[in-house]
Amino acid sequence: MLSIKNLHASVEDKQILNGLNLEIKAGEVHAIMGPNGSGKSTLSQVLAGNEAFEVTEGEVTFNGDNLLDLATEERAREGIFLAFQYPVEIPGVSNLQFLRTSVNAMRKHNGIEDMNAAEFMKLAKEVSKQVDLDPAFLKRGVNEGFSGGEKKRNEIMQALLLKPKLAILDETDSGLDIDALKVVADGVNALRAPDRAILMITHYQRLLDHIVPDYVHVLSEGKIIKSGGPELALELEAKGYGWLGIDDQAAANHG
Amino acid sequence: MATTDEEVRELIKREYEHGFVTEIESDTFEPGLNEDVIRRLSELKQEPEFMLEWRLKAYRRWLEMEEPEWAHVNYPQVKFDDISYYSAPKRPEDMPQSLDEVDPELLKTYEKLGIPLHERAKLAGVAVDAVFDSVSVVTTFKEPLEKAGVIFCPISEALQKHPELIKKYLGSVVPVADNYYAALNSAVFSDGSFVYIPPGVRCPLELSTYFRINAANTGQFERTLIIADVGSYVSYLEGCTAPMRDENQLHAAVVELVLLDDAQIKYSTVQNWYPGDENGKGGIYNFVTKRAACTGKNSKVSWTQVETGSAITWKYPSCILRGDNSVGEFYSVALTHNYQQADTGTKMIHIGKNTKSTVISKGISAGRSSNAYRGLVKFNPGAEGARNFTQCDSLLIGDRCGAHTFPYIESKNKSAIVEHEATTSKVSDEQMFLCRQRGIEPEQAVSMIVNGFCKEVFKELPMEFAVEAGKLLEVSLEGSVG
Ligand SMILES: Nc1ncnc2c1ncn2[C@@H]1O[C@H](COP(=O)(O)OP(=O)(O)OP(=O)(O)O)[C@@H](O)[C@H]1O
Ligand SMILES: [Mg+2]
Repeated sequence: MLSIKNLHASVEDKQILNGLNLEIKAGEVHAIMGPNGSGKSTLSQVLAGNEAFEVTEGEVTFNGDNLLDLATEERAREGIFLAFQYPVEIPGVSNLQFLRTSVNAMRKHNGIEDMNAAEFMKLAKEVSKQVDLDPAFLKRGVNEGFSGGEKKRNEIMQALLLKPKLAILDETDSGLDIDALKVVADGVNALRAPDRAILMITHYQRLLDHIVPDYVHVLSEGKIIKSGGPELALELEAKGYGWLGIDDQAAANHG
Repeated sequence: MATTDEEVRELIKREYEHGFVTEIESDTFEPGLNEDVIRRLSELKQEPEFMLEWRLKAYRRWLEMEEPEWAHVNYPQVKFDDISYYSAPKRPEDMPQSLDEVDPELLKTYEKLGIPLHERAKLAGVAVDAVFDSVSVVTTFKEPLEKAGVIFCPISEALQKHPELIKKYLGSVVPVADNYYAALNSAVFSDGSFVYIPPGVRCPLELSTYFRINAANTGQFERTLIIADVGSYVSYLEGCTAPMRDENQLHAAVVELVLLDDAQIKYSTVQNWYPGDENGKGGIYNFVTKRAACTGKNSKVSWTQVETGSAITWKYPSCILRGDNSVGEFYSVALTHNYQQADTGTKMIHIGKNTKSTVISKGISAGRSSNAYRGLVKFNPGAEGARNFTQCDSLLIGDRCGAHTFPYIESKNKSAIVEHEATTSKVSDEQMFLCRQRGIEPEQAVSMIVNGFCKEVFKELPMEFAVEAGKLLEVSLEGSVG
C-alpha cells in the first residue's frame, strides 16, 4: 500500500529525514519508536503533505501512485489520515461543522452525495460515544479549549468517521490517563481492517500492550536503524536506545 | 413569463404614473454644486419650502467645512464639482432588456450567493422584470404594514404626506453640519427610506424582505429616517448581499434612528458595493453617517453590519444613549481584500443613568488591504452606573495586510465601568493544514475559519441573512489563498 524509498526531507534548510525506507501493506499495523527529535513527526507530516517540509530526495508511492505529486487535500481524499501530535484549535468553527465539511469533501471525491445535517448528527453522535466523548463536544469549536486527552480522542473520532486507508497516529497515546488510553486503543483496534493500514508513532510499550503491532521500527536521525516484531518494543522498554548505538541521553529525556 | 408585451408596457407606464419622474425622465443636471442646483433639485422633487431652507442651510455650512483627513484611509481628493447632483432614473429602454444582456460574471455571483432567480433580474437592473417585481412586492408587503399603521415609504413621499414628522425628526440625530459628508448629504440627498412605527406596534414583518428587492436603486446621497415611537419594535435590513455595480464613486449616506421610551430598533446592514479590481482600480468610496438616538428610557438599538464591499469605507454607526436604562449594541464584521481600505467602528455616548453598550467588532484583512477599528466610548457626568463592553478582534490572512485598532475612552463619571478586550490572530498554516488534511479545499477552509471568527456577529443577523452573509464572505475571499 505504502512504499517509501530513500526519503530525504528538510525543514527550513535543516535536513531531518536521511534516506528512510519503509514498506507497509494493507491490513498491517506498524509502530515507529525513536528518541525525541529523530524525525517521527516529520515523517508523518511529509506523508500527509505539509508544505512546510521539503522532500529533497527519494520516492513515496501510495497504492501505486506517486504520493508526492498530490496536494495535501488530495492525499487525504485518497485515504491518508493523520492524527496530529498537537491538534490545532479553530475557534468558532464547530466540531460538527468541521467534521461534516470534511466527510462531505471525501464523499464528493468518491462521487457520493452530501450527507445532510440531521444524518450526520446521528452518525457523529454514535462515533463520539465510541471514543467516550460527550456529544456536547460536537458543538464546541474545533479543539477549542479541549484538554490534551480530549484532543486525542477527538482525533481518533475523526479517523473512525473518515475510515481512511492509511491512518498515521502521531503519539495519540501521549498525555492520556489510563482509562483514556484504553478508549483510544479500543478505537484504534476498531480501525484495524484487512484493507486498512495503521502507522503508529509512540514512545511507550503500554500502548502496544493494547494494540499489538505487526512490525516495530526504530527511527534515529532520520533513518530506520532497526526493525522487528512486537518483541523489539519490549526490548527497547527494557534496555533503552543505547544498545542500538543511539545517544541514550536524548532517549532518556523523552515524554 | 406568461405576460404579453402589451401588459408589460402597461405595467411600466403605471409605475411611472405614481413615480415622480414622468416629466423629468431625461433630466440630468450639469456637474457642479451651487445654490441654484439645490433650488432646482428641491423644486423638481416638489418639496415643501422648509425643506429647501434646510438644504440651503446645510450647503452653506458645508462650504465652510474641511474634508476630514484623520480616517486611516488614503484616496485621491474627491472633485465635488465633477459630480452631477441630480440624475433621473434610467429609462426602461436604456436598461438591459433581459438577463442575456447582463454581465455573466455578475450573474455567476448571484448564483453563488443563492439569490432567488426572480430577484436576480431586478438586481441586475433588467427593465421588464424590475417593474413586475416591485409591483407585486408592493402589494404583498404594503398591506400588512398599512394595517398595523406602519409608515414605510421613500423619504420624498414622506415629505409630501407626513411633513410634520420630517420637520420634527430630520436632522434631530445627525444635525446638518455634523460632519463634512453629512452636511453634503443634507444639502443634496436624493432619496431614501422613511419608517414610522406607531406607539405599541411591533412591525409585523422584517423590513428586509421588501428592502432587499428595492435596494438596487439606492442613490448616491441616500437619506434614511426611522422613528420608533413609544413601546414599538422594528427590524430593518439595509442593503443586499448581491454585488452592486454603480458608476457613482462617492456614496455619502445618512441614516438617523429615533427611539422613544421602551422602543427597540434592530438595524442590520450588508454592504457589498464594488470594491475595485484586484489592482485597486475603481470601486466605491463609502462615507456614511449612521446614528441612533435613544431619546426614550429603556429603549434599545442594535447595529449589526457585515461590510465586504467598497474601495474605501468610512463608517461609525453610533448610539446616543440619552434615556435612562437605554441600551446600544454594535456588532460588526468588516472584511477587506486586495487594496480595500476600511475605517469603521462606533461611538457609544452614555448620557442617561444605567445605560449599557456592547461593541463586538471583527475585522478581517486579506491581500494588501487595510482594516481599522475606531471606537469611542464616552460617559457624560450624568451617566451614573453606565457600562460598556468592547471586544475587538482582528484576523489576518496572509502577511501583506494590516489591522489597526484605535479605541478611545472618555469618562466623566466615576461609577462608569468599561471593559475592553482586543485580539489579533492569523489564519495559521497549521489550521490550514489541519483542514486540508481532512480533505477540505483551501478556499473552503479559509471561509470556514473566517466564518467561525465572525460567529458572534452572524448570530445577531436575521436567520436567512446570516446564511447569505456567510456565503458572501466566501465569495469576497475568493483568490485570497494560494
Ligand atoms: N518547523 C520546523 N522548523 C524547524 N525545525 C523543525 C521543524 N519541525 C521539526 N523540526 C526539527 O526537526 C527535528 C525532528 O522533529 P520531529 O518533530 O520530527 O521529531 P519527533 O521524532 O517527532 O520528536 P518527538 O518524539 O519529540 O515528537 C527536530 O530537531 C525538530 O526541532
Ligand atoms: Mg513528534
